[in-house]
Amino acid sequence: MKNRLLPVVPALTLVAMLGPVVAGLYGTILPAFGHLPAAGLRGPNLDAFRALLAWPGLSRSVTLSLTTGLGTTVVALALVMLLVAGWSGTRAFRLLERLLSPLLSVPHAAAAFGLAFLIAPSGWIARALSPALTGWTNPPDWLIVQDPLGLTMIGGLVVKEMPFLLLMTLAALGQTDAARARQIAAALGYGRTTGWLKTVFPRVYAQIRLPVYVVLAYGMSVVDVALILGPNTPPPLSVQIVRWMGEPDFTARLLAASAALLQLALVVGALLVWRLSEVLVARVGRLWIETGHRGTCDGPVRAVALTAGTVAALSVLLGLAVLAVWSFAGYWGFPDALPDAFSLKSWIRHGHGVLAALAETALIAGIVTMAALVLTIGCLEAEYRHRRTLTQRGLWLLYLPLLVPQTAFLPGLQGLLLNFGADVGRGPVMLAHLVFVLPYVFLSLADPFRAWDARTGTVAAALGASPDGVLWRVRLPMLLRPILTAVAVGLSVSVGQYLPTLLIGGGRVATLTTEAVALSSGGDRRAIAVFGLMQTGAALLPFALALLVPALAWRNRKGLQHG
Amino acid sequence: MKSLALLAALALPLAAQAQTDPADWDAVTAAAKGQTVYWNAWGGSTTTNDFIAWVGDKVKTEYGVTLEHVKLTDTADAVTRVLSEKQAGTDTGGAIDLIWINGANFAAMKEADLLFGPFAEQLPNWRYVDTEGKTVQTDFTVPVDGYESPWAMAQVVFIYDSAKMEPLGSMQAILDWSTAHPGRFTYPQPPDFLGTTFLKQVLVDTLDDPSVLQQPATDENYAQVTASLWDYLDKLTPSLWREGRAYPATGTAMFPLIADGEIDLSTSFSPGAATAAIANNELPETVRTFVLDKGTIGNASFVAIPYNAAHAEGAMIVANALLSPEAQARAQDPEILGYGTVLAMDKLDTDQRALFDALDLGVATLSPEELGTVQAEPHPSWMTRIADDWNSRYGVAQ
Repeated sequence: MKNRLLPVVPALTLVAMLGPVVAGLYGTILPAFGHLPAAGLRGPNLDAFRALLAWPGLSRSVTLSLTTGLGTTVVALALVMLLVAGWSGTRAFRLLERLLSPLLSVPHAAAAFGLAFLIAPSGWIARALSPALTGWTNPPDWLIVQDPLGLTMIGGLVVKEMPFLLLMTLAALGQTDAARARQIAAALGYGRTTGWLKTVFPRVYAQIRLPVYVVLAYGMSVVDVALILGPNTPPPLSVQIVRWMGEPDFTARLLAASAALLQLALVVGALLVWRLSEVLVARVGRLWIETGHRGTCDGPVRAVALTAGTVAALSVLLGLAVLAVWSFAGYWGFPDALPDAFSLKSWIRHGHGVLAALAETALIAGIVTMAALVLTIGCLEAEYRHRRTLTQRGLWLLYLPLLVPQTAFLPGLQGLLLNFGADVGRGPVMLAHLVFVLPYVFLSLADPFRAWDARTGTVAAALGASPDGVLWRVRLPMLLRPILTAVAVGLSVSVGQYLPTLLIGGGRVATLTTEAVALSSGGDRRAIAVFGLMQTGAALLPFALALLVPALAWRNRKGLQHG
Repeated sequence: MKSLALLAALALPLAAQAQTDPADWDAVTAAAKGQTVYWNAWGGSTTTNDFIAWVGDKVKTEYGVTLEHVKLTDTADAVTRVLSEKQAGTDTGGAIDLIWINGANFAAMKEADLLFGPFAEQLPNWRYVDTEGKTVQTDFTVPVDGYESPWAMAQVVFIYDSAKMEPLGSMQAILDWSTAHPGRFTYPQPPDFLGTTFLKQVLVDTLDDPSVLQQPATDENYAQVTASLWDYLDKLTPSLWREGRAYPATGTAMFPLIADGEIDLSTSFSPGAATAAIANNELPETVRTFVLDKGTIGNASFVAIPYNAAHAEGAMIVANALLSPEAQARAQDPEILGYGTVLAMDKLDTDQRALFDALDLGVATLSPEELGTVQAEPHPSWMTRIADDWNSRYGVAQ
């Protein structure tokens, strides 16, 4: 039974992952060319594109999408590379790594709220310094959050993307022989950072190229962080698309569809430009290497990298702390550093809603992650038994759902699901979540699964175990820790999904993330804090369990405790 | 062929009868029992969310109807949803049963035949509704025709910190004050409904004769009528909070700005909201409200039922429950919601009226007399064009 099913699992996985993306793009193209029968509109025509070009905010909106995406990627990548170059192998680095790693699972929206509460003119930092150091009794009239250039939004994205790129880099380092390269470079008199950049960076970058592209595509099309931290006069293109999707004037949906296609073109264009820049950087880099400069400003560069890394980690952690303070706050005027009084009022008031949203979130995340895990293990086991390893092209397919902007295919998918008669609600939302959860679960589990010592399996087979027996009784138990980590990754990805839940759920599926972002427009900081904290907890708890459970299960199996 | 035509003729009335006739209230009550009503309503305000949850408990115990609040960031999302369903041919069993709606969203849905009804004037509690004194039968000048049922009255008030400033009597006085105190005033970014209402309020207050706004805007008169508005905003914008380079998303998003001392003056569409926010620690205790000498714009909030609602009967139960004196008095309680009632006090019996008389409107809420003249909402065509123009002038062009 299982052996007959196993060979089709990879195909099934591809369909689950790419089917919705392809279908959604198709469903976006029709209205973009004026075809929306329900509103009595029949295409094809170019009216929507003409209207899009006539929209006065277009150039600024497009520019913002590009600058926030490219800015986030350049800054996050540069900081992570300099941090690893200057500090990997040191005690400070291990400390920072431990500080940054859990931040990977903090949902983007919660991190953005925390940052906003921290750095706004009335934020915690200004409160802590006022009036003693600043003399402010009212907050200064400074445009920090939602600034027209999107700098705060870039900051919010950078602090969230740094942990992602850092973990990807650390995983890649193992395959680059970095330690020996650094020793040789050091022996030749190269500074720590310069030596690393000249010898290890080219090899590391080749390994983390796809994750970098994911950051670029994500930064260009993110909606929830842009709603919270991004400018509004006008907003980035992705936010404007979601706005048009919701306007009472039905022709605005055509506008949204045409803008969605523009967004797709922008992301593809930006990825191409990035690819070309890689070639350019490689050329320049080669010249730089040939000059033989040993590096003279490594010291300051190292200091900047460590400072930036620490600031990034602290801004998320302090942001969560200020969320906690707001969630218990009574009246809290400016410039008081702490509220007049602490109470449980906000928690009691929102307790019912929070628990309901938590249950919905957990149900969706749980089922989606389990489905992703089964498909992933099926794929990897099929690959192992039939000796078919994933090609580079296959890896691209895995990353494709993460590279196509959500705003480009989710609106179309919503329309198509309705056409198929699939009711809105939880089921379709789970399918949409699976598109984003599957790649992450697969990427998280693939390496440990493949690295498993096959000789153990041979021994088990020699003792009479069937292939299924080897999988269930030897391989999976030995891989408990990476499997639980993959589950935690999957859960946290699902918990953080905003746009798929909102659009595909038709507003009926209320998760912690959709509730928190919905509250953001109302500005009730206590309510936002309660939901933001619960959202963070829902994403973090699985990681804690993924560390704890293997330690308990293998407390008398020393060799497996660190596996 | 003939039989097909016959079948089509038969099918049409059948489809219409899938939802119970509103006039047969016993049948409505019977059909509603056990239904789950999905009420799509703006979810950005905690007090409103709590009130909706209370209504849910009420219809659950009294009628066995379960109420689910689908929290929207924008009512237009619900309109879009119904449109998507129509596009997909989902003409029965739609996802939305009830929408908190008014103005342009209502006009759009009514015109596109996306609404169930007429039902509003068949509701048993309609007999209490103040049809003379309150604008409940037109919605932004568009005739309601029973396609939506009113549940709350809103009127523009200005919220100010009495520790920092005095009440102001006109839009011109607000401009003068803002110029003298730069960065201390703002309004929500249109197309947020309170933001567009502020623009209309400016227009109504600066025009010598605002009655022209009761007719649809025309290409001929639009530019000339709105000239005073743009002139006003050109002068006001540089003195706004953040110099008008950013705006709060909604009305309630201005509460933290007042609490933090970032601004001293803002607007609200709910006369009791300030008192409620003080009680919830969201505003300082020195906050008060005022209206303009010539009066301010007011309108009613309604609930409407989509044409394809799966649970239209349950939705009517909820609409009727919202009109009950008990629910209306609760909504008016500033500790709860602070919304104006749509009921006529002289149509209530003594016990029912006592519910309203017992209310302490609170420190920051004006009495019905103090709220003064209610000015009519302009025709929606004005708002649509003004919101678009605002966007070109101030929303994207800096």
